[in-house]
Amino acid sequence: MRSKRLLYPYLVWMALFVIVPLAIIVFYALTDKAGAFAPGNLGYVKNSASIYLDSLKIALLSTVFCLLIAYPFAFLMSRMKVSRQRMMNMLVMVPMWMNFILRIAAWILILDNNGILNRILLAFGMSRDALPTFLNTEGAVVVGMVYNFLPFMILPIYSVMAKIPNSLIEASRDLGCNGFQVFRRVILPLSVPGIITGITMVFVPAASTVVIAPRLGGYNLIGDQIDQYFKGSANNMNAGSMLSLVLMIVILISIAIMNRFDRGEDTVIM
Amino acid sequence: MKHVSRLYLGLVFAFLYLPIALMIFFSFNSADSLTQFSGFSLDKYAQLFQNAKLMGVLRDTLLIALLASLAASVLGTMAAIGLYNLRVKVRKLVMNVSNLPIVNPEIVTGVSLMLLFVRMKDLGVSLGFVTVLIAHILFNTPYVILNVLPRLRQMDLSLYEAALDLGCPPRRAFFKVVIPEIFPGVLAGFLMAFTFSLDDFVISYFTGGSFQTLSVYINNSLKKGVKPWMLSLSGCMFLIVLIVLVLMNVKDIRKEKLQNSKNY
Repeated sequence: MRSKRLLYPYLVWMALFVIVPLAIIVFYALTDKAGAFAPGNLGYVKNSASIYLDSLKIALLSTVFCLLIAYPFAFLMSRMKVSRQRMMNMLVMVPMWMNFILRIAAWILILDNNGILNRILLAFGMSRDALPTFLNTEGAVVVGMVYNFLPFMILPIYSVMAKIPNSLIEASRDLGCNGFQVFRRVILPLSVPGIITGITMVFVPAASTVVIAPRLGGYNLIGDQIDQYFKGSANNMNAGSMLSLVLMIVILISIAIMNRFDRGEDTVIM
Repeated sequence: MKHVSRLYLGLVFAFLYLPIALMIFFSFNSADSLTQFSGFSLDKYAQLFQNAKLMGVLRDTLLIALLASLAASVLGTMAAIGLYNLRVKVRKLVMNVSNLPIVNPEIVTGVSLMLLFVRMKDLGVSLGFVTVLIAHILFNTPYVILNVLPRLRQMDLSLYEAALDLGCPPRRAFFKVVIPEIFPGVLAGFLMAFTFSLDDFVISYFTGGSFQTLSVYINNSLKKGVKPWMLSLSGCMFLIVLIVLVLMNVKDIRKEKLQNSKNY
């Protein structure tokens, strides 16, 4: 019980399946098919610059929408009776237990040209020619992302807010704060750690996800581009490794920047 | 104000649940059209259970999730005990490496493992069941560690020492005193790992080659459009989630009642 020996198998395991694979990615990123040093691989990044920017845009939009929807929701949830809160927590998590790909399929069913949304519009008397296209638009991709990642924003913000005692809010009221000031000076500062965790937990998967953009948007984001290089028709593992390496560096840097906003006292781990 | 907040909560829940509700509603549709309701039937459920390929994939997925989360529970608990005995600085360093597979974008973890397994071809490794299993153990173990470590910190070590003083051999003291103390953490980690395994797409997709887990199989079929069995599958999954929730709640209520009766 007092020994460190129990850790050794895991150290070997991590060396083999965490460190070595990352070293291989770096190696592939910097070499060509023959294994010779190839700094020219950076050209792949340049060619995919617009895809990186698309991914960044979609990830930022999705994160902002998630935050806007989740913040008031988490607050209202945190002011309920404890038994109620537990039930709400469950209700937020249940959709996450449905399969990820099935959740995307559900949105295809809704947004398709012959989908549920358009059928409703038809029923309300819209003419067939005037029907809007929902599927294969950027909007559909953002909706898909928000739908998939919203619980990851709600839960960490909620868990921080649940710890804010009502007495604190009442005290600031008694001391003359109006509603906005209570929010600005008490609730917001205390919920920062939850916001930071939520943003990281939505932004990272949104920026690097696969499948959502091709199925709902009809185009590729950076994750799908990497997929093309590894398993698709483009088949070039060196290019794919280069793109993955850059993606990983960008994301790890943005996580590090986000964590600086957090004073580190109360980091929430899901 | 109360009405506004009710309305808001309702709208968000509608957003979260309507897509699932619609899938389930149309799973009982009799027509071939997926979105035009024409009558009740269970055809889509019959199609689901007659799909032998899908049933095989489902069995493989459950097996992977079970084996991976069991292995991760053992490996993660051992690692957590080792970490608990390290100095804070070293522990932080090891934890940072250990968390890499879950902090990194999933796709990076996926392709890096794929490259490793492809490089190990000469050693007789080929992408399939075993490589997916290894990958799942890899991303499951950090969740077990994160759940077990706090339990260890809360544990009163003097209990373990008392057992030793009273002549209990260390191994026995470990299984009789330490394991029961940290078991809730291990269980929470196991359950988390199991659900993440079941839902995983990206990592299974890259490390599986032609071996398919449920998510990979659904995705391959979805490329050709939404299939009727996807609706009935959603219905079945929702039913299972519901049953699990009810069972968990019954257990919670029982526990509360027990505690209440103890208090009086």
